[in-house]
Amino acid sequence: MKTTSLMAFAAAMLLSTAAHAQISDGVIKIGVMNDMSGTYADLAGPGSVLAARMAVEDFGAAAKGLKVEILGADHQNKPDIGSNVVRTWIDVDKVDVIVDVPTSSVALAVNEIVREKNKVFLISGAAASNLTGDKCSPNTVHWTYDTWALANGTGNAIVKTGGDSWFFLTADYAFGHALERDTEAVVLKNGGKVVGKVRHPFPGTDFSSFLLQAQTSKAKIIGLANAGADTTNAIKQASEFGIVAGGQNLAGLLVFLTDVHSLGLKTAQGLIFTEAWYWDMNDTNRAFAAKFSAANKGVHPSMVHAGVYSAVTHYLKAVADLKSDADGKAVVAKMKATPTDDKLMGKGEIRADGRKIHPMYLFEVKKPEESKKPWDYYKLRATIPADQAFRPLAEGKCPLVTN
Amino acid sequence: MAAAAPSITAPVQGGRSKSELIAFAIMVAFFVIAPNFIYPIFLMKALCFALFACAFNLLIGYVGLLSFGHALYFGWASYVSAYAAKSWGLPPELAILAGAATAGGLGIIAGALAIRRQGIYFAMITLALAQMMYFFAVQAPFTGGEDGIQAVPRGKLFGLINLADQTNMYFFVLSVFLLGFLLIYRIINSPFGEVLKAIRENEARAISLGYKTERYKLVAFVLSATLAGLAGATKAIVFQLASLTDVHWTMSGEVVLMTLLGGLGTIFGPVLGAFSIIAMQNYFAGFGQWVTVIQGVIFVFCVLLFRRGIIGEIANALKIRL
Repeated sequence: MKTTSLMAFAAAMLLSTAAHAQISDGVIKIGVMNDMSGTYADLAGPGSVLAARMAVEDFGAAAKGLKVEILGADHQNKPDIGSNVVRTWIDVDKVDVIVDVPTSSVALAVNEIVREKNKVFLISGAAASNLTGDKCSPNTVHWTYDTWALANGTGNAIVKTGGDSWFFLTADYAFGHALERDTEAVVLKNGGKVVGKVRHPFPGTDFSSFLLQAQTSKAKIIGLANAGADTTNAIKQASEFGIVAGGQNLAGLLVFLTDVHSLGLKTAQGLIFTEAWYWDMNDTNRAFAAKFSAANKGVHPSMVHAGVYSAVTHYLKAVADLKSDADGKAVVAKMKATPTDDKLMGKGEIRADGRKIHPMYLFEVKKPEESKKPWDYYKLRATIPADQAFRPLAEGKCPLVTN
Repeated sequence: MAAAAPSITAPVQGGRSKSELIAFAIMVAFFVIAPNFIYPIFLMKALCFALFACAFNLLIGYVGLLSFGHALYFGWASYVSAYAAKSWGLPPELAILAGAATAGGLGIIAGALAIRRQGIYFAMITLALAQMMYFFAVQAPFTGGEDGIQAVPRGKLFGLINLADQTNMYFFVLSVFLLGFLLIYRIINSPFGEVLKAIRENEARAISLGYKTERYKLVAFVLSATLAGLAGATKAIVFQLASLTDVHWTMSGEVVLMTLLGGLGTIFGPVLGAFSIIAMQNYFAGFGQWVTVIQGVIFVFCVLLFRRGIIGEIANALKIRL
């Protein structure tokens, strides 16, 4: 990867004639960084690089005379590795835009570097709503989802459909606390009640005593304020205790298609959660998923992949219009000024605080007998309209908005 | 530890050998011209780890104490320095000193408890204390938990030199490293250092000669912790980030690896070891988590083929001190 990018860089230096003098070093370099081998490798990982490549192809960059190159890197979910990679990318490899970056801690670190170096940061995989709140940046767009949208979508819809008593199973660290706090606020606002909560050590493997507490609480909904392996382990063990069969429902606050796939429908059935995109919603999505999975060992695209596709498309549009990728702030300003429109996530817009606005969907995992084909996992329970899906602009306390 | 300790006897007590002087000159010359052809951020990272490994080597190489919890001082110093620079608005030099002082304080507590035991028990106590403080870092609100402390300002050194400039930052880090390096060199070549080596070789005999070995061991422990803290605090300013990685036990393991690879009980070994490991992590980053496997294989080869470490083997072959 290193040598090819260097050679491409050298070639680009030779070719950077007058035709695209404004595109810095003649190439638009997209750096896709995420977890390529660990917990989040399936929901983002190499699939995000693929999604970015498909976006570049579909955009017809070559036909429009834009030279685009995509790099990929693994941050292993560690902020220091991530920030090191991004610094090297920007300083040495002349990368113009950083894409994806799941794991909020890494995204927050990258956010600051990209702001300092005046490049562009398009977040698809990371969740923290601070990225468009107190940490918002004129160089960043938060594309696919965030913690506020998940808490709001899942919390609201569940309380409204009768799930009015909650018990929280929370990972005992900052992320879990934030997710629990946000969801609890939504539940209470809608007239629901929280009958109890328990904090489990992070990372956890044995949830039995916590799940028994949840079971005896008789809460209708058990909210899982955790992520990744913690969530899947908790769901597996809940299924062993017969919690869903006993009439209680699990609400996963951060669940992806690939998590459901690895759990299997038998274990995951009945799980309710919010996502921004699902492959089986319409023909365009299905066509995209068919092409994507063919190139990705059969693994279907998650909402993170769709977000990467959509974000890269909109970025290329803005750069093509500006005929320049040099000034990160200007590119993001252009992206905000232009309404978004792409085949996967439809029409939308980017708010002043960098939040991309689109509808969110509340899904329920199908029962095994309802699933008709491979990867047929979700049924739509509700659509959360774009104007209600995300945190109102004024509540985020983003300095870009208040000043 | 006795087997791993090099059997090089000091030709002149407290004096510096010619070979060390030449090696030092080569090292300084390399670091001065290196940023012209090597990415400076990588060099700064490697320098921070080199200082960390040197501090660790002071304890294992010269006193024979294997601490398995040095991430505690490295990581907590980086938290304190990042917090001081960001939330208290301290200039970088004071933030770094605050970090190093914290590490020294933690070193006193951990050292006083740990030096009462020898060998594996010593290592386990240091590990246990480090893990305790790791979980404290996960939970404490000011460390930011998983997120760490982000966007730490680099600030202006002494109110004059702008550290946001890459070259200024590099030479500042280089100065900190050389300062720490020379201090360690001074310590091991002082009468105090000679006592430390005596304790390493035969503690019972040192006691019988009338030395209060526990005191010497504690002072060495605190010095090592403080210098490890100096490295961690500087790293936080360079990367503008303090995160859980730096306090995690794998960091304690990494520094052992660096020291062993470079050469235990040699002055230049840890520097070379740190550079090798950091270069591997940096340039093999594309392999993702395979880096750890590659490191493991290299470690096995190192132990099997050159037990004195790279510098240790060179010094032994040429019969010089390095």
